[in-house]
Amino acid sequence: MTTPISGKGAIVVIDYGMGNLRSVWQALVRVAGSRTVLVSADPAVVESAERVVFPGQGAMPDCMREIEARGLRSAVLNAARTKPFLGICIGQQMLFEHSEEGNVPGLGVFKGDVRRFPADKMNDDAGNKLKVPHMGWNEVRQVLKHPLWNGITDGSRFYFVHSYHVDPADKTCVVGTTDYGLPFTSAVARDNIFAIQCHPEKSAAAGLAMLANFVGWQP
Amino acid sequence: MGLAKRIIPCLDVTAGRVVKGTNFVDLRDAGDPVEIARRYDEQGADEVTFLDITASSDQRDIILHIVEACAAQVFIPLTVGGGVRSVADVRRLLNAGADKVSMNTAAVENPDLVAEASAKVGNQCIVVAIDAKQQAPDAWQVFTHGGRKNTGIDAVAWARRVQALGAGEILLTSMDRDGTRNGFDLSLTRAISGAVDIPVIASGGVGNLQHLADGVSTGHADAVLAASIFHFGEFTVREAKEYMRKQGIEVRL
Repeated sequence: MTTPISGKGAIVVIDYGMGNLRSVWQALVRVAGSRTVLVSADPAVVESAERVVFPGQGAMPDCMREIEARGLRSAVLNAARTKPFLGICIGQQMLFEHSEEGNVPGLGVFKGDVRRFPADKMNDDAGNKLKVPHMGWNEVRQVLKHPLWNGITDGSRFYFVHSYHVDPADKTCVVGTTDYGLPFTSAVARDNIFAIQCHPEKSAAAGLAMLANFVGWQP
Repeated sequence: MGLAKRIIPCLDVTAGRVVKGTNFVDLRDAGDPVEIARRYDEQGADEVTFLDITASSDQRDIILHIVEACAAQVFIPLTVGGGVRSVADVRRLLNAGADKVSMNTAAVENPDLVAEASAKVGNQCIVVAIDAKQQAPDAWQVFTHGGRKNTGIDAVAWARRVQALGAGEILLTSMDRDGTRNGFDLSLTRAISGAVDIPVIASGGVGNLQHLADGVSTGHADAVLAASIFHFGEFTVREAKEYMRKQGIEVRL
């Protein structure tokens, strides 16, 4: 066993064993300057972090199961209450109450559901079929001002890969929307939390700008 | 406005070096895959694909170092294919920093591999590459081993099957067109794209920018992949995108 390192002063990427976090880590390192960026599965490290990134890929039921199995639930919830917190992809979806994917409950930080793109809406204006997963570069409309949008042109394209999207019950948390067959919520924010469906770590200059904004964010 | 059609430059890599020539201005090392990937990123490529064509198995791990170096410098999605035969291979590439892993021959020989890999790492990470050759009007069969072996499997049926198995995307190459510079096989592209709900990347035969546009407008591809027209410096990715935008195709510029 290695001695648990402290997350004090660090940006901590929460690792619950679901896939590769190297990209997120690399992108944060690129924008973090002299700040320490850690990837950790240790609840104590998450608790002591200065700010937290909550990523995710794969299926939400698996992600939720791993968070419980690794005893990370309360560390994630505490971080979401108390420090700058960035949810990415499934890390955004898990902040909601419930997902249609596997019909599982989420962490309930935001009220609302995670829904699959509805088959009957998956057509573009010309009548062409829209594929699911929604994969590639799409525009994010900045429907509310937020420090994480600083320096990023409204409507910039970010890289998405997902088949489900969040549907907040309280629309006042919606800071970004995107169109794919229907307009859906692509970014939410409240107090110290910002969560986004796309992958800033894979979104070239716009994504790095957002991560840099997060690193310097003082909510 | 909505989702952009993607342009994906592809690099053939063997033993750590890009095989086909490249003709970038002021590139320090035209054979270095990471440097070339970075250049494509600067030009606005939506993703980069590495195809590892390393023959000897003792040099196979070199690709992992390349992927690691690339992931540290290029912040767009990276797909890696070539010689992927097991879930362990998939995991190694993803852990090195690949976002998607593409499998071809191994998927045909062992379709359970697609299901198993997809269940382990998520279908968004699993690309099935299909090499297809026309056998009759509107009939194509799947070839493996770099196009040398006919499996006798119908390409459209195989596309549906890999979707059901858990593939998140299809990389479709026309073996009839590959290397010809005569354009994509648009009937093939359209047939496969219409048969599945997952994204289809068209590949094989691009010789000019109109071919890329045709792949999207006529072939209904969600993304287009090309190698030589970008490598030899004939066109930049940005020029390709500007050309496509003029034809009303939505691109990221």
